[in-house]
Amino acid sequence: MAVLTAPDRTSPARTPAQGRRVRGPRRTPPLVLAFVLVPLLVEAVWVFWPAVQGFYLAFTRWDGVSPPQFIGLDNFREMAHDDVFRSATGHTVLWLVLFGGLSALLGLAAALLLQQERRGVGFYRAALFLPVVFSLVATALVWQAIYQPDGVLNQLLQSVGLGRLRHAWLADQDTALYAVIVPALWRQIGYVMVLYLAGLKGIDPALYEAAKVDGASAWQRLRHVTLPQLRSVNAVVLSVIVIDSLRSFDVVWSLTRGGPYHSSELLSTYMYSTAFQSLRLGYGSALAAVIFVLAFGVICSYLVRAFREAD
Amino acid sequence: MSANSTALRRKRAATAGFHLGAGALALLWLLPIALVVVTSLRSFDDIAAHGLGSWPHSFTLGNFRQAWVDGGQQRALINSLVVTIPCVLITLALASMAAFALSRYEVPFRRSLLLLMLGGNLLPPQILLIPVSKLSEVMGVFDTLPALIGVQIGFGVGFYVFVLHGFMRSIPAEIQQAAVVDGAGPWQIFWRIILPLTRPALAALSALSFTWIFNDLLWAITVLRSDTKMPITAALIGLQGQFVSMWNVIAAGSVIAAAPTVAVFLRFQRHFVAGLNLGAVK
Repeated sequence: MAVLTAPDRTSPARTPAQGRRVRGPRRTPPLVLAFVLVPLLVEAVWVFWPAVQGFYLAFTRWDGVSPPQFIGLDNFREMAHDDVFRSATGHTVLWLVLFGGLSALLGLAAALLLQQERRGVGFYRAALFLPVVFSLVATALVWQAIYQPDGVLNQLLQSVGLGRLRHAWLADQDTALYAVIVPALWRQIGYVMVLYLAGLKGIDPALYEAAKVDGASAWQRLRHVTLPQLRSVNAVVLSVIVIDSLRSFDVVWSLTRGGPYHSSELLSTYMYSTAFQSLRLGYGSALAAVIFVLAFGVICSYLVRAFREAD
Repeated sequence: MSANSTALRRKRAATAGFHLGAGALALLWLLPIALVVVTSLRSFDDIAAHGLGSWPHSFTLGNFRQAWVDGGQQRALINSLVVTIPCVLITLALASMAAFALSRYEVPFRRSLLLLMLGGNLLPPQILLIPVSKLSEVMGVFDTLPALIGVQIGFGVGFYVFVLHGFMRSIPAEIQQAAVVDGAGPWQIFWRIILPLTRPALAALSALSFTWIFNDLLWAITVLRSDTKMPITAALIGLQGQFVSMWNVIAAGSVIAAAPTVAVFLRFQRHFVAGLNLGAVK
């Protein structure tokens, strides 16, 4: 799937003449085996083994000092009565819909606007893309200066006569979560735009010509040519968005730490503070397991597509 | 004639409209960046007197010195580079080895291995945080930079294997067969033939992984504790606590933290965008 958006000429799927098996000798030389096993071992130490432990810890109570104590499903029972967990789940879903939905829509819109090669378009693309290279921490600090009670946003509102809307954006429980989504969007839209730009480039211009000859309007061409042709890119974008949303941590952590009163708490930040600040490692692992379950569907569909492509 | 000039005029209007719209959008996007750069060059008294949003009345480079020396950004930036550069090199070396083996040889279970490695990278990091911090304690590397380097390599490698596999698989088999006939072993095929042909993908992934690792916060605050070892992202949060409401210093710190990745982006822009499209997973 990663190669879906790569240039077509390098895509081997189009050249079956090469044969399905392009590999060399039948018996694997020992060096080649080592080439696979060394990276696999590194990943096993830092990812697979910790992952197994992580799932086990979800069924324990552990303070990090004395040995973990197996308590079955108690952590998950506790979640049912945990208001913070419930609101963090709600915020995570809201984050997924707002952050994910808006970045896909606006990223597509930006790509449609900037798809034509014309003078100056490179500059516009670079401007939209530039925030992608910033760390989320730096992004968060930029926006914190904007959101301050005496910050730029409030000064702007004042100067256009909307002074009554002045607000401590990050300190108000009603606005904190939305105030955190905006910087995340600012950074994500350029990224999604790049994915869509590559997708748009791959559409055969003859399709548009044919649609024009048939008298299709610009809207009809978008609706019946562009969008269906972008289906595979949509799948990529969807995976990116879901995985990114569930991973979102840095921007919330640097702006609000999930506060005030958990009003911008996501599952990822709640998991981190539970584990490393309250030192409830068992419950934190259980929260991590919930995040995994939410991501599981997307991970599987991604792997299925990767599997189909791998040969 | 007049129909022609109407069409021309309409085309001009469309071009003007495009530049107006796209220009406004670009301006909106660049405005927060401009704000930070300007703020980082103003004095504290100026900001206190006129507010963050006002036109600058002062110019100073002292904020950078304050963030760099008093705020510990110098050490943090060195830490970041000490982690990021070996991570990029080792990850890509390991990933290209595995991708070479899996794409060019009949390794047993090759497809399952490939997906296993990719699957590891798709896991939400949260499930790994607690065990990884405990594991680094057991290995005696907790709160040291090698722990951060280790986990970044382990967590990242699967994704690069997958992308490079896709790329190497498309290199024609005949090239390799010719080398085999000439008596080349796997190492020579890898080093002399496949790796040079993979250079575009490697360039793209280097630019990309540099920014990803450099910008990471979560792994750093998971395996590191002491302030002196934190990379620039975590140090920036520390700066925010140390210089509360001193926006001039915080802005200077943000500029310092963003400068290396912006430099990589501007220098390798083409590779960067190509890399994102090669690896549409993050």
